[in-house]
Amino acid sequence: MIGPDPEAMQRYSFFSLARNALSQHEGWQRAWRSPPLKPDYDVVIVGAGGHGLSTAYHLAKEHGVSNVAVIEKGWLGGGNTARNTHTIRSNYLRDVSIRFHDVSVKLYEQLSRELNYNILFSQRSMIDLIQSWGKMRDLRRRSLAMALHGPAYQLITVDELKRRIPAMGDLSDVRLPPLGGMLHPEGAMARHDAVAWSYARAADARGVEIHQHTEVTGFTFAANGAVTGVETNRGVVRAGKVALATAGNTSHVIAKAGLNLPLVTRNLQAFVSEPVKPIIDVIVNCPDVGLYVMQSDKGELVIGGGTDPIPSYRQGCHFATFEDVVASLVELFPRFRNLKMLRQWGGAIEFAYDASPIISATDIPGLHVSTGWYGGFKSIPVGGLTYAHLIATGQPHPLAGSFGLDRFRGLRFLLEAGTVAQR
Amino acid sequence: MTAIRLSSGGVIDRTRPLSFSFDGLSLGGFAGDTLASALLANDVMLVGRSFKLHRPRGLFGAGYDDPGSMVERLGPRPATNQLATTTMLEEGGVYRSVSTWPSARRDVGAVVQLFARLLPAGFYYKTFMWPTWHLFEPFIRGAAGLGRVPGVDAWEPVGESRFGSCDLLVVGAGPAGLAAALVAGRSGASVILVDDGAAPGGRLPGDGGDPEGWTSACWRELATLPKVRLLPAATAWGYHEHNLVSVLERAPRGAPGLDLRNWKIRARQVIVAAGAFERPIPFADSDRPGVMLASAVRTWLGRFAVRPGGQAVVFTNNASAYGTALALADAGAAVTLVDARTEPEPQAVAALASAGVTLARASLVTKAHGRSRVEAVDVIDDGGQVRRLPCDLVAVSGGWNPAFHLASQTRQARSIWHDELATFVADHGPASFRLAGAARAEFEPVSCALDGALAAGEALATLGLRAHAFETPHLSEPFVARRVEPVWFVPPRRKADKVFVDLAGDVTTDDVGLALREGFDSMELLKRYTTAGMGVDQGKSGNVNVIGIVGALTGATTQTVGTTTFRPPFVPVEFGAIAGQRNKARLYPWRHTPLTDWHIARGAVMYEAGLRWQRPGYYPLPGENWSAAAAREARAVRQAAGVYDGTPLGKFQLKGRDVPRLLDLLYISDFSKLGPRRGKYGVMLSDDGLIMDDGVVFRLDEQRWLLHSSTGAADRVHQHIEQVLQVHHPEWQVSLIPVTSQWANATLCGPMAREVLAALQPDFDITREALPFMGMAEGMIGDIPVRLFRVSWTGEASFELNTPARHAAALWDKIMAAGAAFGITPVGSEANHILRVEAGYISTGHEVDGTSDAFDLGLGPLVSRTKPDFIGKRSMELRRRVDPERFELVGLLPTEPSRRVPEGAPITPAGDRVDQEGFVSACVSSVVHDRIIALGLLRNGRSRMGETVHARVRDEVIPMTVVDPVFHDADRARVKS
Amino acid sequence: MLMLACPWCGERPEGEFICLGEAVRPRPLDPSALGDAEWAAYVSDRRNIRGRHDERWWHVRGCNTIFTIGRDTVTHQVFAGTQDEAAP
Repeated sequence: MIGPDPEAMQRYSFFSLARNALSQHEGWQRAWRSPPLKPDYDVVIVGAGGHGLSTAYHLAKEHGVSNVAVIEKGWLGGGNTARNTHTIRSNYLRDVSIRFHDVSVKLYEQLSRELNYNILFSQRSMIDLIQSWGKMRDLRRRSLAMALHGPAYQLITVDELKRRIPAMGDLSDVRLPPLGGMLHPEGAMARHDAVAWSYARAADARGVEIHQHTEVTGFTFAANGAVTGVETNRGVVRAGKVALATAGNTSHVIAKAGLNLPLVTRNLQAFVSEPVKPIIDVIVNCPDVGLYVMQSDKGELVIGGGTDPIPSYRQGCHFATFEDVVASLVELFPRFRNLKMLRQWGGAIEFAYDASPIISATDIPGLHVSTGWYGGFKSIPVGGLTYAHLIATGQPHPLAGSFGLDRFRGLRFLLEAGTVAQR
Repeated sequence: MTAIRLSSGGVIDRTRPLSFSFDGLSLGGFAGDTLASALLANDVMLVGRSFKLHRPRGLFGAGYDDPGSMVERLGPRPATNQLATTTMLEEGGVYRSVSTWPSARRDVGAVVQLFARLLPAGFYYKTFMWPTWHLFEPFIRGAAGLGRVPGVDAWEPVGESRFGSCDLLVVGAGPAGLAAALVAGRSGASVILVDDGAAPGGRLPGDGGDPEGWTSACWRELATLPKVRLLPAATAWGYHEHNLVSVLERAPRGAPGLDLRNWKIRARQVIVAAGAFERPIPFADSDRPGVMLASAVRTWLGRFAVRPGGQAVVFTNNASAYGTALALADAGAAVTLVDARTEPEPQAVAALASAGVTLARASLVTKAHGRSRVEAVDVIDDGGQVRRLPCDLVAVSGGWNPAFHLASQTRQARSIWHDELATFVADHGPASFRLAGAARAEFEPVSCALDGALAAGEALATLGLRAHAFETPHLSEPFVARRVEPVWFVPPRRKADKVFVDLAGDVTTDDVGLALREGFDSMELLKRYTTAGMGVDQGKSGNVNVIGIVGALTGATTQTVGTTTFRPPFVPVEFGAIAGQRNKARLYPWRHTPLTDWHIARGAVMYEAGLRWQRPGYYPLPGENWSAAAAREARAVRQAAGVYDGTPLGKFQLKGRDVPRLLDLLYISDFSKLGPRRGKYGVMLSDDGLIMDDGVVFRLDEQRWLLHSSTGAADRVHQHIEQVLQVHHPEWQVSLIPVTSQWANATLCGPMAREVLAALQPDFDITREALPFMGMAEGMIGDIPVRLFRVSWTGEASFELNTPARHAAALWDKIMAAGAAFGITPVGSEANHILRVEAGYISTGHEVDGTSDAFDLGLGPLVSRTKPDFIGKRSMELRRRVDPERFELVGLLPTEPSRRVPEGAPITPAGDRVDQEGFVSACVSSVVHDRIIALGLLRNGRSRMGETVHARVRDEVIPMTVVDPVFHDADRARVKS
Repeated sequence: MLMLACPWCGERPEGEFICLGEAVRPRPLDPSALGDAEWAAYVSDRRNIRGRHDERWWHVRGCNTIFTIGRDTVTHQVFAGTQDEAAP
């Protein structure tokens, strides 16, 4: 096969920017093509979000599988990739989870240069505020487990907290006064849309086709039950393998193939303030009260909290949850009473029964699923790397061997402590 | 120097002059002015700098649609990011433009304009990668952002959150909203009318469309109707499911000291009559100060008596701006009207002629000249002739966008393109939700009023009420946008000229073109790439133009380009309003036992014991730290007697025929044979076979049982049992009553506990024979009724004295008095922790971390071998069959006896940095062994007794010997004594 | 915040209730009669419907009743009764 040439991808740099400025920026090429939809592909990936595009990129790059279509019912990167709070971290308890996310962070660190696209990756560090002794115990356990595998998670004192987060008010006077914090230097944020765009551009350069506004309406099967393609609003597309990357809607899509998964979809809301001058440097997470806050490069405070208490695909604002988050915010940061919320949104996140990811083959030969991300932005690079490996080789990637659906058959859950209440 | 205050007219109070300062200039205004109108009256045209390129910017809209007049309010009540157009002027107010230095006029940051060519849409995605983004980021961050956040000790607004409910909520008090509220109010419905203007009427008063004072007559009548509540200065900012509308009320009347109130109004019916926003026609450099929306000019003239310029060009594609031209002429300005249409409405043309306004048909304004304020415009006619018109004001109208944001937030209304009006309108939302008036693209005031009345009639009909009569009002506005010829932008005649289409985000038509060229070809992608619509006005001023431009550049119809979703909030809302008064104690109310005061008086350090219950952690004596206090308290229990407040323990009373069956289903052990006045320890699993909770059940008598849960699990256990009873076995006859806080619990423990109990002189037999372990008694201690349970969580003989909460303090005092002779010591949860670890009892949050089953924690002997089923049995068996390698409860003795191991420390093979084979769940300094002891979960731990295993604590390896997890009272002789 | 119709108390605000999630079928009376796969599916699999599904609510700060209603998980429109009942 005469493959496309990734080297031919238009380079982005300051010099190319300056050169194009002279020609009124008329010389920029499409970041990705808009080819006609072919009748068949080696692999059809359903969902052009971060995970789907990263998977396509890794299929082409590591496995030489580039006859791939990524089909998307809406617009590229328009699902949870567009609706998260762009946090990247690896503070987990279980060995497999720590290793998996540590690799993700390391891939993220190199991503802008690997893909020649500035995703505005910013390792600002993250601090988990500890406001109860129970949380202190949980997070200390997590910290010591992480120390086995590399990523740092260090206990810091309240004085150190105040030094690193000067925007907070008088901490002795708040409800649940902080007892300390856990500092996670690997904690980072990145421009979420740019992650999808960068993978789309790089995958496209390697021959992957991206088809937006192409919705899966069903699947086609061989006599032996194996999946042979997808039915879409634009006709049937044959595929050697079909891989779902439809975070939030996986149950809905896979039901069309007659499968049921251990998933629940819930709304996770977030909101931003109007832009203000730099006031918070680190990512602050307060697990005891269900609050996190950080400041984007644009100056907006990005704020979120816990999931809504009901199954939901609404992608909106559950008002009681919202009020809880805001009350917790201004308790720790009284001066933010003065700031105004500018925009509010929700993402339909899905989590598995044990709140760990699923990267797995299914009961239907040829049909694969990557789901249960419970907020999967942080896992996009490693999720794609390992999912591509599974699709291409039929074997789970060593990093993701524990993420198969088979674990639910034996009820051998991969439980992160502290996620108990989610079951 | 041509913006002036007119000598008469407007709603300002000329008898109350106000002085204020802006960017260091001392200026004057009047009560009733907004900061924006006062600035204009002082001929201050340049009020800020743009977000990205620091271009000079002026006032563009007169309300929430102004995309850039942000200021900081300094002084005693500092606030950031205040929109000048919605900030009411205050005496002595000190204001400063945001993100400028030293001022908006002489802004050093303006130098960035020199590099504007290097900064097209998304430029940052293409550069700053070498060596790392982190190197460049601080500069970008410093340059971004608008205002500064006031300091830590600064004034904070006082907010309040409040519920409201009504039959009909009307949003907007323009002609449609007033009519709707009046019809509904007269018909006897309960009505809340919300309006965000400084005065009711919407655009009517400013536009002079209400010659007979209909607006104020309506408002006065509404104020007299008993079931009508008027909320002026309040903005409906969010629609939430089932007609819950959030409304921000500023400086609420009758509530001194309150700055903000967030209403959550549940309405049976909602009518949104929020009006419409005018949109501009962007042309080259149309972002210069002095270029404004025509509707804004009309507002300045009519409402604030400010004429923003003396030599005006009005540029329009519809009739509505003709009114602006006439109003300007009326105020003495020289006016030229440039209409993009070839055939304007004849009566409008005639009106212009009689007012002396010059008209240029079939013409376009192509460029503004001047930097810090507009000085002239280029006008091109359909013959291609270009002429330059000197001017100091440009009023632009590109048509009107109905404000159906709340309808969009219902998620049930779609936006539909309306060709004649060249705008989007919303189709139907939920059945109990209606749009009326301009929000439904009805722009003529009388029609708006009738539309509002009609909507009210429909809403009333669904409520079963008959609509009261409504008289058509006399309102006038001859010039409304009935026929709009879409002009989304005027292409620049020189390639280098920039046309700014989204002023808040500094987005140009070139940026839109670039995004399309690069493949960002759907509205959402384009919006995210260019940041159009993401700025402080959230697209109110530019969004529809961007959609039109995309359509123009791609050849797609506006409907297929589609609009983006409107998300809440409609206007920015202060966090202080949403949080309201929920802070400190009101944020998370504690649960207190009746003994909290006693504990605190005794010097206890209080802990949260789960579910917000407060319990003593330890009672330090002078000079004691927590570990010394805990050791002293634990030693007292081992050697003499202690007492602790066990009130928070979850308690549930069960009654009914089928309780034995219920207990047999809930617990792993056999409970059906439990006799009266006996107790039994039980472990409860979820149906996934993992431990949910443990606790003791007592059968109080033939009919009643009392089930205990751990403190933190009480709610979960309650829910679990209710589901069993109501969902899985509705046929069972069981009543369940949670009684946790009805009963206080003081637990006596220690070798002298029985003596203390005897000294209390209970009226019942407390001999070992009459009151064995897991036995109970009921009776009186003096005049206090008590119920006594023999349970132990300490490894010593224990007596749980339960009494109705009202007697708790008296009982406790008696215990302390009677126990004094025996050295009774109050015990906190730290000492409890030592005692239970020594005795090898498991605890939620330590050993029970949600991943263990009963066998893992050594509770296998409790599992019934005879019951065919209990909750969790099937799963536990299935899992153990496929995965026999389990983490099992063990005791651990560090080789170095004084080496404390952090709780949570992982255990790994040889202490290497490899995968965990267990962890240390609890570690205490034992008071009976005078050394460190620990509990842990270890892979196949029960078969590894005597083995040395290794905890890995960062760089340290801590060897430990695996031992039995019971360090004290292994035969339970003391417990049973 | 939803308004929910409790069969005893009528329409009440969501804050009085706890959502018990998708109305999974009542627990099998004899779990040992189910195969492993069937049992594991009962424990962890959910239909997780996008659109109208049946779900249980507990009026915990009210009359204590657990009841089942229909709710559209996208629009949050609620429907009296379950789909099984609604079926002909």
